[in-house]
Amino acid sequence: MSLSASALAYGYREREIGRDIALDLAGGQVLALLGPNGHGKTTLLKTLLGLLPAKSGALTLDGRPLAALSVGERAHALAYVPQVHVGTFAFSVSEVVLMGRTARSSLFAAPSAHDRDMVSAMLQRLGIAHLAERPYTEISGGERQLVMIARALAQEPRYVILDEPTASLDFGNQGKVMSQIRRLAGEGLGVLFTTHDPNQALRYADRALLLRDGRALASGAAAELLTPEQLAALYGSVIETIRGEDGKLAFLPG
Amino acid sequence: MTSSLRGNLIALLLLALAVLAAFALGRYPVTPGDLGRLVWSLVTSEPSGLPAQIETVVWNIRGPRIVAAILCGAALAIAGCAFQGLFRNPLVSPDILGASSGAALGAVIGIYLSLGLFGIQLAAFVGGLVAVGAVYAVGRAVRRGDPVLVLVLTGVVVGSLLGAGIGLVKYWADPYNQLPAMTFWLLGSLAGTAKPDLIPLLGPVLIGAAILLALRWRMNVMSLPEEEARALGLATGPLRIAIIAAATLVTAASVAAAGIIGWVGLVVPHLARFLVGPDFGRLMPTAALLGGGYLLAIDTLARTAAPVETPLGILTAVIGTPFFIWLLASARGGWS
Repeated sequence: MSLSASALAYGYREREIGRDIALDLAGGQVLALLGPNGHGKTTLLKTLLGLLPAKSGALTLDGRPLAALSVGERAHALAYVPQVHVGTFAFSVSEVVLMGRTARSSLFAAPSAHDRDMVSAMLQRLGIAHLAERPYTEISGGERQLVMIARALAQEPRYVILDEPTASLDFGNQGKVMSQIRRLAGEGLGVLFTTHDPNQALRYADRALLLRDGRALASGAAAELLTPEQLAALYGSVIETIRGEDGKLAFLPG
Repeated sequence: MTSSLRGNLIALLLLALAVLAAFALGRYPVTPGDLGRLVWSLVTSEPSGLPAQIETVVWNIRGPRIVAAILCGAALAIAGCAFQGLFRNPLVSPDILGASSGAALGAVIGIYLSLGLFGIQLAAFVGGLVAVGAVYAVGRAVRRGDPVLVLVLTGVVVGSLLGAGIGLVKYWADPYNQLPAMTFWLLGSLAGTAKPDLIPLLGPVLIGAAILLALRWRMNVMSLPEEEARALGLATGPLRIAIIAAATLVTAASVAAAGIIGWVGLVVPHLARFLVGPDFGRLMPTAALLGGGYLLAIDTLARTAAPVETPLGILTAVIGTPFFIWLLASARGGWS
């Protein structure tokens, strides 16, 4: 049971962005996707979610080809947490999370009592129940990211895919969001996230995939893979390493 | 009491008040008491004892006009809600894809060819559908970038071309007979609406509104960026076609019956948002009720404010423009 790609080539209709990607995301695992800006991370995520058709190679969800599944079937297994944005309409936080129930109800159905219970449960789970009736457009960036994760969980997925979940967050909120992500894997979900911070991959991910020019530069267990040499090769710049007395590693750019 | 129930009650109350006022105002005032007696005589099949004039006013003149105003107002409001959600912008109105300009071109061609009232209405209806169909086909053919933005830009371009077409037909038209009729039609009016006019209005409006109301719980998700909506499990492509088709159907039917009435589809969804909030599931029924009452009130004003009828489109613009400016100044909306 996993979301699995091998020899995957991806991109848009007339333009290939990346190729030869192999990855395997199992339940209970956190996989970090690292790479410089504009090297195909978001496009790869969209392909893994089935939003873009794969150009070639194999892409399977729990053994079945992803392309053979309907939009609704995919949404039962895969949830997407896009980069935080402010919506057009000032929906309340619980209305936003309720949208996560879309794939679980029929096209014409009004939200059921079960759907609303699920929304409250997910808000509780992420510790944001007090925000339920606040307009989504008026809460902080960190809170908004937690709301998007709650919405993804309301889908009852087996895998959650997050695009730069900490990109616009302050230091404290980055920690909050990342520990929630780690908790999801503890509860059995497969989690894949992209990040610009190798320290996050080191601290919160089991495995990492380094993406440069649309190719997998390297992949493997995060603790072994993330070395100053690999990161220097990935970003094309010098990386400084700091080692704490307890043996913990941290990277600094430049 | 939930905000949704309260909002619907307020909208229903306003609609009832607008109906009573519409009957009570005018050259032959019909009091609520008279109305009650007429309805009672209908139920019991006994004579109402009212002057025949009043009966004619209620059943054949003002009654049909009131029904038409409510239907058109509700249709434009509900189509406005749907398009605002679909195009992720609170500042769009039902004519964003050229439904109104297409219908207008159809109508002026109908007048130019002296087709008669039914022919003109049919031409308007077909014109609206063809215009939106063309915009959609071009938008599909472009296949570049965000499909929603492409549609809107195509709508603007096609709308401007249709405007040129309308100008050309007006330029050719006979300035003594046809041109005044075209001008009158382009400004919008419900004057002269009779019972037979209601049938071609009622059918499309009920069908289109039923589709839009049935899909209203999915409109929240449709208002998200395309890929996000699909990741949530919605097949956005077919759904977008269904929503555009239904909204175009109701808009074209209302334009065919009443001419061009701008601003209602833009203003009313916002008034409804004040009552029940942005959630489309609650918003759309309230907007339909509110739209019916709003256009009926404006039509009553159009009948009674001056010795000669004021065109509806003028009144909705006079009320809508300041509202729109206030909205621009205070709203956060954008093409996000």
